[in-house]
Amino acid sequence: LACCADGSADGDPINQLFGDRDLAMSALDSVAPTFLGYPRASGRVGTRNHVLVIPSTPLVNRVCQIVQARRPEAISVTHQGGSPGGDPDLLVGTLTRFAASPNVSTAIVVGIGDSEDQLDRIVDGVHDLGGNARRIALLEERGLEQTVLSIVEQFDLDQAAARLQARVPCSASDLVLGTECGGSDGYSGLTANPVIGVCSDMLIASGGSTILAEFTELIGAEHVLLPRAASRELGDRLSAAIHAWEEFALAFGEDLSGQNIMPGNVAGGITTIEEKSLGCVRKGGGSTIVDVVGFGERSSERGLILMDTDGDDVAQLVALASGGANVIAFSTGRGTPVGCPIVPTVKLSSNSPLAARMPHLIDFDAGTALSSNETITSLGERLFEMVVETANGRPTKAELHAQRDFALPPTMASA
Amino acid sequence: VIPSSVCRLILLDAADSVAVTTRLLRAGDVAVTADGHEFVATTRVPSGHKLALRDHVVGEAVIKYGAPIGVASAVIGRGEHVHSHNLVTVRGRKAALRSGTGGV
Repeated sequence: LACCADGSADGDPINQLFGDRDLAMSALDSVAPTFLGYPRASGRVGTRNHVLVIPSTPLVNRVCQIVQARRPEAISVTHQGGSPGGDPDLLVGTLTRFAASPNVSTAIVVGIGDSEDQLDRIVDGVHDLGGNARRIALLEERGLEQTVLSIVEQFDLDQAAARLQARVPCSASDLVLGTECGGSDGYSGLTANPVIGVCSDMLIASGGSTILAEFTELIGAEHVLLPRAASRELGDRLSAAIHAWEEFALAFGEDLSGQNIMPGNVAGGITTIEEKSLGCVRKGGGSTIVDVVGFGERSSERGLILMDTDGDDVAQLVALASGGANVIAFSTGRGTPVGCPIVPTVKLSSNSPLAARMPHLIDFDAGTALSSNETITSLGERLFEMVVETANGRPTKAELHAQRDFALPPTMASA
Repeated sequence: VIPSSVCRLILLDAADSVAVTTRLLRAGDVAVTADGHEFVATTRVPSGHKLALRDHVVGEAVIKYGAPIGVASAVIGRGEHVHSHNLVTVRGRKAALRSGTGGV
């Protein structure tokens, strides 16, 4: 297990923060921890059992909003569709994989039902992935109100069925941890991100998977990742994908300021993209990279999976869910207030003042690595426990406050 | 044991030329690394920002996490705040700007 790639040089001053990583690994039983989950026909396991209402086109967003108002317990999302020049297959594929998430018991897909609609493709696609989908088309109903009534009626039936499904014991090896950071500050790379990295290494040692994404925020950190690629071919693909984003971003300006380095990052003490990336990459711990996938795509491998996304915070939550994540760990130094609608999103603060200022937002304060006797390793162990408890049904702050953010990337572009 | 009045500096790699402050430093304040090396801040350095552990000439790589995070765009003295005013990215600039160091 390549779990100690950085921060493990004994005697170096850096060890003040990390503590003994081997301890975290030895704390793992020979048997992976278990949680109570929802096994699916796809072979994946849900940590939630949501009934999702999702539009195939923005034209029926209003219908989904009315359903949400009448059924607050529904997870009803809206979106703005693709953009001219975008990739329509990627759009349909992302909506399909999102609706087929193991955390969704049944997806009610709402569309217009005409020839330009992608409704049938999405419904069929969800079934192909082993999910459950219902099809409701506005043109086949008698008007807007009847469409809403049909969705509500279907929702009530599916929600009643979902409530009857019992959680059953599942292994932590069925967990897929999506990782994300938003609003990084000077502490993110010191505390929250390495804590997620330790948790990720523990999960992978238990047989599970982690998704590390945000390729725009890996520019300048390639040397940390490439030696860990399971094959030369994977490393080449990773390197090419990161480079493509560098060229893409630079096409819009003389440098990356205002794109990848935001004013909040700078106020927080981050100066350059290399610096931001070297902090971001720590969410991936030290494990071997077993696959590189595109935006919202799924891997059949288990281990550390790299996903090609552009770091847009809300769109990336969608990408992680579509890619099969059933728990998300999100680090923030500035206080990014988002949550995935269907995948529990555990939010970490990089500094304790943020956790004190926004207790309704932060589940886990990683800032105590700087202010207490806790080490990155002991915090990583605690985060791993919280991830398993969250999978088991413990609600996150984002869930308690119904933070259900959904967006598709502005370009729907694929690098 | 470091007195609580003294600012701890976080060094991420033994090769680093900057360290991260754990509270606001004003010029003249003393900060210390875990292995006991003392640094006097020569400028104001906000909490979570970078303090130079050594002098840098213009064009010299600034090292954090054991890797270059850019180059000095101005002379940086030991104890100085390192940020946008004296550090510039290498990767996040168009190729024409990457050669040389003065083109900031």
